[in-house]
Amino acid sequence: MFIIGELINGMYANVGRAIKEKNKEIIQKCALEQVNSGADALDVNCGPASRNPLSDIQWLVETIQEVTDKPLALDSSKIEVIESGLKVVKNKAIINSTTADSQKLEKLIPLAKKHQAKLIGLTISSKGIPQNKDQRLELAAAIIAACIDNDFSVENLYLDPIVLPVNVAQAQMKEILESIKEFKIISDPCPKTIVGLSNVSQGTNTRSLINRTFMVMAAACGLDAAILDPLDSELIDAAITADLILNKQIYCDSYLQAYRKK
Amino acid sequence: MELMLEKWAGAVSVLNIGATKAEGGTRAKSIQIGGEKTLPFLSAEGALAHKPVIAFEVWDVPPYDYTNGKDALAWAEICAKDYAAELICLRLQGSHPDSGNKSAADQAQLVAQFLKKVSLPLVILGCGDDEKDNQVLPACCEIARGERCLIGSATQDNYKTLAAAVLADGHNIIAESPIDINIAKQLNILISDMGLPLERIAINPTIGALGYGLEYAYSIMERARLAGLSGDKTLACPFICFAGQEAWRAKEAKDAGIEQGILWETITATALIQAGADLLVMRHPKAIEKVKSYINELSGS
Repeated sequence: MFIIGELINGMYANVGRAIKEKNKEIIQKCALEQVNSGADALDVNCGPASRNPLSDIQWLVETIQEVTDKPLALDSSKIEVIESGLKVVKNKAIINSTTADSQKLEKLIPLAKKHQAKLIGLTISSKGIPQNKDQRLELAAAIIAACIDNDFSVENLYLDPIVLPVNVAQAQMKEILESIKEFKIISDPCPKTIVGLSNVSQGTNTRSLINRTFMVMAAACGLDAAILDPLDSELIDAAITADLILNKQIYCDSYLQAYRKK
Repeated sequence: MELMLEKWAGAVSVLNIGATKAEGGTRAKSIQIGGEKTLPFLSAEGALAHKPVIAFEVWDVPPYDYTNGKDALAWAEICAKDYAAELICLRLQGSHPDSGNKSAADQAQLVAQFLKKVSLPLVILGCGDDEKDNQVLPACCEIARGERCLIGSATQDNYKTLAAAVLADGHNIIAESPIDINIAKQLNILISDMGLPLERIAINPTIGALGYGLEYAYSIMERARLAGLSGDKTLACPFICFAGQEAWRAKEAKDAGIEQGILWETITATALIQAGADLLVMRHPKAIEKVKSYINELSGS
């Protein structure tokens, strides 16, 4: 499982304050904690309260790059913010994210190509959130078609089926899991799949358990990557063990430790 | 027709055996093994780095099976001069309580003599008795300090003493597992936890000779190598394979005349090279000659 740490997000009070005060230490500590806990990449989001997202994202990227060379997922719904972040990114970059709307695809796919970045594609459009598997597949097909038209390698595309909170859309969980499986058969070579995991447990009081259970079930459906809280060590243990069960890693008595060392 | 080429994320680590004067030792040259970025001899896919090399196995006491009638030092000198050996593997079998019970001091002296008379990089093996090896091998490590030998074998139940000695005196270690990939991985983690980097470990996967489990050893080596190339650093160490030891144990090698024995050793060794062996420890000069030309032919040199 490719793990993208979600904690550098202005939505969290400590990070929001650090961005406002330009406190590098807090951001760098947060970056390293996530990497040392098993994150393969870090999400970077200025948060809704940022008044100058164009410069804030650059400051975040530069601050994080001082301490790690892990890939950075530039996270914003605004194209200009992503573009601004890409200007200073030296590590590998992931664009988080485009929707299936053509005005976004037209701009973000060329941007991903130009910066040799991977691209996260949400199966959502201006018409709203999909209600079932078929709608998700339709939006996924539109994103893949746009990638192929623009000569962007589908292997660098991560499709996100949009995970909804289990207490809001319980009936959709199965549809989401099946979408993860079926995204893979839309094209050859196939796209990768990703979820923003924490959303599934939003508003519940057993968040960690729900996150962990959903992630393992999604892994069994072929999920490639997840944006999650890497400091939840039981969650990471479960992700590593899922890799083991799926024969992606060779067993040894210290396999949990071995994975974190890699 | 288009070739389907695989792209690997990882590479086998490179192990340096023998330190020259410039590197703080007294060896005439140093030997590198490993470094492959793809499966054996798939040069279209990636760099193969270092060719497999062969170490001549020399015993401190007359061997049980394959005999040449020479004492250890004289035989090693012949290997170097007449057979252009690249490496010598000295097996200190005489330390074993049942094979002479030579003391740590005596064995260290023998190693010192070897280092003086033979300028090739050296692999040093214990006798297989844990208690005795834990006395003898640290003494040998110390007397060979700075020569960057490859010393073995560490096992899952007995690795700490040897790993500490190897670390202290600047050598490399052989990590031996009983044809078991899970233990191979675990042992590498345990050794690296002691501070000895993975780049100084050679995996002895334990092999079987032709007709005695060769296919099983092959599949374990292949699986470990695929994991290593896929990015699992704990399995991306070069392999050392004791082809001579295993081949000459087979009754087909012992009982049907020397020529068949040589063939048995040759075929065992060549199959292991296909499985990814980086360092072969072999016994008969004729078998070694055949395997060397096989390596050169496949590497196009």
